[in-house]
Amino acid sequence: MSSEILLEGKSLVKYFPHGSKGIFGKSDGFVQAVDGVNLVLRKGQTLGIVGESGCGKSTLARVLTRLIEPTSGNIILDGRDITKVSGKELQSLRRDIQMIFQDPFSSLNPRHSVGEIIASPMRIQNIVPKGNEKLRVQELMELVGLNPEHYNRYPHEFSGGQRQRIGIARALALNPKVIVADEPVSALDVSIQAQILNLLEQLQHDLGLSYVFIAHDLSVVRHIADEVAVMYLGKVVEIARPEVLYSAPAHPYTKALLSAVPSATPRASHMHSRIVLQGDVPSPINPPVGCRFAARCWKAQDICVAQEPALGSQSFTSQPEEGLVACHFPENSN
Amino acid sequence: MTTFIARRILFALVLLAAVSLFTYLLFALLPTDPAALTCGKNCKPELIAANRVRLGYDKPIYEQYWQFIKGIFAGRTYGSGDIAFTCPAPSLGYSFNQHECVSTLIGKTFPVTAFLSLGAFILWMLLGVGTGTFAALHRGKWQDRLTSVVTSIGVSLPTFYVGLLVLFSVVIWLQWLPFPHYASPTENLHDFLTAMILPWITLAVLSAASYTRLTRNGVLEAMNEDFVRFGVAKGLKNRTVIRRYVLRAALIPIVTIAGLDFAALLGGAIVTESVFSLPGMGRLAIRSVTDSDLPVLVGTTLVAAVFIVMANTIVDIVYGVLDPRVRVK
Amino acid sequence: MEKVPLLSVENLNVEFSTPDGVVHAVNNVSFAVESGETLGIVGESGSGKSVTASSILKLNSGVTAKTQGAILFNGRDVLGADDKTIRSIRGSEIAMIFQDPLSALNPYYTIGNQIIEAYRVHHRDVKKSAARKIALEMLHRVGIPNPEARIDEYPHQFSGGMRQRIVIATALINSPKLLIADEPTTALDVTVQAQILDLMKDIQKENGMAIILITHDLGVVAETCDDVAVMYGGRIVEKATVNELFLTPTHPYSFGLLGAVRSLDNSARGELQTIAGSPPSLLHLPSGCSFLPRCGYAQQNLAQCSSVVPELEKVSPTESFSACHLRTEALISLKMKELA
Repeated sequence: MSSEILLEGKSLVKYFPHGSKGIFGKSDGFVQAVDGVNLVLRKGQTLGIVGESGCGKSTLARVLTRLIEPTSGNIILDGRDITKVSGKELQSLRRDIQMIFQDPFSSLNPRHSVGEIIASPMRIQNIVPKGNEKLRVQELMELVGLNPEHYNRYPHEFSGGQRQRIGIARALALNPKVIVADEPVSALDVSIQAQILNLLEQLQHDLGLSYVFIAHDLSVVRHIADEVAVMYLGKVVEIARPEVLYSAPAHPYTKALLSAVPSATPRASHMHSRIVLQGDVPSPINPPVGCRFAARCWKAQDICVAQEPALGSQSFTSQPEEGLVACHFPENSN
Repeated sequence: MTTFIARRILFALVLLAAVSLFTYLLFALLPTDPAALTCGKNCKPELIAANRVRLGYDKPIYEQYWQFIKGIFAGRTYGSGDIAFTCPAPSLGYSFNQHECVSTLIGKTFPVTAFLSLGAFILWMLLGVGTGTFAALHRGKWQDRLTSVVTSIGVSLPTFYVGLLVLFSVVIWLQWLPFPHYASPTENLHDFLTAMILPWITLAVLSAASYTRLTRNGVLEAMNEDFVRFGVAKGLKNRTVIRRYVLRAALIPIVTIAGLDFAALLGGAIVTESVFSLPGMGRLAIRSVTDSDLPVLVGTTLVAAVFIVMANTIVDIVYGVLDPRVRVK
Repeated sequence: MEKVPLLSVENLNVEFSTPDGVVHAVNNVSFAVESGETLGIVGESGSGKSVTASSILKLNSGVTAKTQGAILFNGRDVLGADDKTIRSIRGSEIAMIFQDPLSALNPYYTIGNQIIEAYRVHHRDVKKSAARKIALEMLHRVGIPNPEARIDEYPHQFSGGMRQRIVIATALINSPKLLIADEPTTALDVTVQAQILDLMKDIQKENGMAIILITHDLGVVAETCDDVAVMYGGRIVEKATVNELFLTPTHPYSFGLLGAVRSLDNSARGELQTIAGSPPSLLHLPSGCSFLPRCGYAQQNLAQCSSVVPELEKVSPTESFSACHLRTEALISLKMKELA
């Protein structure tokens, strides 16, 4: 785990003003979408970010890619603080960080041919590839497993999985250092999901890419991530290597999340007792003061409601690499 | 909800103030001298100068604007002594061309325009929503195709053409109706109706066609909604599903557009009023343009703008009532 | 003497004519459901599973849909029934819930009014106030906290999970004998999915209704269903009990699907098992087996596989039915060779 740090998020915070009251429309609070998140992505590796809807993972993705500006905190790419860059600098930054989106149906302009879609980042950045544009596009199509002869076809002529390949080719067009993938396989059928995940791993291997991989699906992330961060209500509650996280989750929420995933093995499902969480995720407007999970946690004590647990290593005996957890009473700590 | 309405109304007032300023300035900055237009070609310079003072055109623009606004709320007296004359509140100025207060002119012509607009509005909404729903429910069948052909013709006919067409065919050729001569409905209902029926039809044709299309698409879109399928799956009658689920969803956006379209008409249906010689606000406005009658032009423009702003506000509030998701908690 | 099943679907065919041609959404589908049992219909997008489900309540009856075959509910013909009869079945004896709880409720009416409406369609003589009491009880039963305070709220004031509970309350208000659930948890988070699946199972235990669960998620099938029909290209390719499907799958598509899911579930990093290619277009179904272009087992039998549509037949020694020309013994020996 000692390869070089490529992308780092330090104390990232993103609040959105919420609603409005009174005649002059003053905001009555903030949606605390991302609230003090620290993340590290190392070169050639994949950082998985997992959480349920409303946990802030997509906002975090947009903050990291500078699609939106954080309320506070810093983003550091390759040793350079990119939190405040703008104008020309921001445009050239876009070459280094590219995104893949969830919905392969709405993220491609239906009126542009596949060739135009894949070439668009190069055109916007005024980059003329070696040889010519068409050659480069066809090379990219081949790289993601599309038939280069389909250069002139339109998105509707492709299946969901193939469209996601088009999205990946577009993201690769500028040779980015980091790819932020926001739920890239959630909208796809199971048999296609595996194809896309294999492709992403193959590309990482061949091109030395680094991924931030966002998903609500634990099993998908397990496959591709070197490290997994679990988010709940704007905070990272646990971060660990997948072998550790999946076999011995330290945070009660991680444990509940893992146990809620239905297993495709009927016998096993009867054996493991499922933790069914009560109630809903609290509102991110004025969230609870102490631990944000306390209200739904079966282990909660007075301290959990009063004091927010810091993200730290879970016990004195464990190695720091084993992971960090934000819980007063983590699992497996004696 | 109350703060929502209060905020909307406050916003509308601010907007109105801005519109009035903008309108007034626009005309004040025109190269024509308003005082010179107060009397004919062979006017003596002394009279022009006197009229300039009487109407306040000698003052700086901001002063003129202030007098204008004050007049709306308090009425306004021009000149002094025996030759003084007063336009009571709400005064929008005085037209030398027509020797009347602008507000009096608008007061006379507005009812005509209002009756014209209201009748046409009811006609096109009934026709448009009815036919649109009918077409949507028969999607793909001959009824739908026929509607589609008819509406295509409807939307491509300009109002003046439709107006002349009905006028020529019904009045001149078939002689079913006398040439329209406007009468107030309180005086002579029969004359009123015979004068209005053709303008109503003329004005409604184009809008009915486009509202048919809007409604058809809205209904088809709504029928694809999950909650409509869920309504059917509950065992509700088709009629109930259409009424409570489909139309409710389909008509909300249409109500918005309809409100604005109606308000735009209230400012004067220029073409229709001209074709049928109806003494409405549209004709007043057009005449003021050709005569360079600036006070009337400012007055009619401002009144038209007020209707648009008011309609916008009302539509916003109605939207909140119709769609609970828009309401502020 | 064999018992008459609660619902039986026989040789169901559904076609839609579109500007691009005829979509053969459902082809020769037959299955049966008994009271108290849960049948899973599993398949990927475009497999025809949702259309099959909607046919049971005749919800496909657009201008362009053509439905053939027989659907018998309690021995009564549903497909041939007139509008009035089908309306009296919808929502009272067979209820249906849909995938997206966010859009399944009418946004313009309070949730209370929608539940009361659903009740009073089938109980015309019941007063509104009495129906309201029943609705409150039902909301309480499906786990809406403080229903008295919330019954007059609008759908958008509830979370996704709560809305699906309200949808379930609406569907179950008339104690139907059969609930058709079309991807009821797909749009929900996993922890909420667990809540909703538990709720459905609890209610089924109480009132003994049958459930048809349409899903693409084999994990959900494993946890909730008794029997499963696997659909592909508008046909049922395998029909089995849950245990048999997961332990001894008999159709190559089931192999592939299970393989993909299992390798996703279990193994750590490394190449994931996939099914190459993509599902067939329902506009142009292949003349033979529709899985042939993606099948890894058909080499020796190419002539038959590419020309004859395989029938669903019982596969001994299991109790499963499979639509594959290669007999199980042959398949299993191939599978063994592959694993070796």
